[in-house]
Amino acid sequence: MDTIAEIPKEEYVLKCSSACAGCSDSLALRYVLKAAGPDTVLVIPACCTSVIQGIYPNTAFNVPVYNIAFGAAAACASGMSNAFRAAGKKTNVIVYAGDGGTLDIGIQAMSGAFERGTDFLYICYDNEAYGNTGMQRSGATPLGAKTTTTPTGKTDFKKDIDGIIAAHNPPYMATAAAAYPQDLFKKVQKALSFRGPSFIHVLAPCPPGWRYSTEKTVEMGKLAVKSGIWVLYEREYGKLTMGAQSKVAMKKPIPLEDYLSPQGRFKGIDPKNVEILKQRIQKNFAKLSAEEAAS
Amino acid sequence: MTPSQKRERLAMSRPLEGATGKTGTWRVFRPVVDKETCNACGLCATYCPDGVISDDLEIDLTYCKGCGICANECPKKAIAMVREEK
Repeated sequence: MDTIAEIPKEEYVLKCSSACAGCSDSLALRYVLKAAGPDTVLVIPACCTSVIQGIYPNTAFNVPVYNIAFGAAAACASGMSNAFRAAGKKTNVIVYAGDGGTLDIGIQAMSGAFERGTDFLYICYDNEAYGNTGMQRSGATPLGAKTTTTPTGKTDFKKDIDGIIAAHNPPYMATAAAAYPQDLFKKVQKALSFRGPSFIHVLAPCPPGWRYSTEKTVEMGKLAVKSGIWVLYEREYGKLTMGAQSKVAMKKPIPLEDYLSPQGRFKGIDPKNVEILKQRIQKNFAKLSAEEAAS
Repeated sequence: MTPSQKRERLAMSRPLEGATGKTGTWRVFRPVVDKETCNACGLCATYCPDGVISDDLEIDLTYCKGCGICANECPKKAIAMVREEK
């Protein structure tokens, strides 16, 4: 197991943000900021994180934060990063956006920033719907999940944002989960050591949105990785390395039902959809392990 | 007007503990640690979404929202969630 000792004790998310009890957004952000340190600017589009900061004129975040319109986060970060570099500063510019601000509304600005080679880190914390406005379907919502706008379960697949990012050939990209904070911490540190754009996609289970009780947040993230529906890997200059937890899951996955059944959003999911999800897990593992073997 | 005075007029929030109030009042269940069973592994502090568990593993009940992740993840099952009395 990774040692906990190497993680700094400083907290940059002060007690307490107004995140819901058991929120994996604030759990992930704690470790992102521990890894990034005090010389960091967060750029935050409309998402849960723009709401949980606190009430003006106070904030729970002990780093500079720039709140920006939904579709503009990466464009803003691009200018900010260029200005810092021109002034000779090494300040980390981190976009911390939800899945709506990444997969749907922010994708154009993000694609532009990756194409321009902006020196920044883009983190997408993915709770698989628009949680801030009351769980509407997003491009990240998986097949069969109920949201307020898909009351009988989503009929489309989750958008492969990692594939889209990989097509931009960034120096570093990774997937992580809030349930594995040490792994997330290491990946953020590594991502910030690269010059140029990097991307981390973090699975962030959401108790009110996914309809499970608050204490299961970490358990749910671990079940996602163990069942293989979420795969931990990193891609460094195109070379893919799968995480140890996901290698175990590839050889011996736990039944997908163990992950689906505690969640209210998958209640009454069509067994056909479960089969389709299982097949996609197998295909995804086959694709990633082939890429790992080839690279 | 000096630049710092100009900056004062910006709608800018400043960091403060308790910026969103005493979130401990949200709690329905309170974590109670059994110090006898606890082996001080620190996993509860690692997984606490709000970082209210200190280095010496004391839980700050002024801010603890009572999510129960600490109790659920404790390998020794040393944390019990007890209903708050009103």
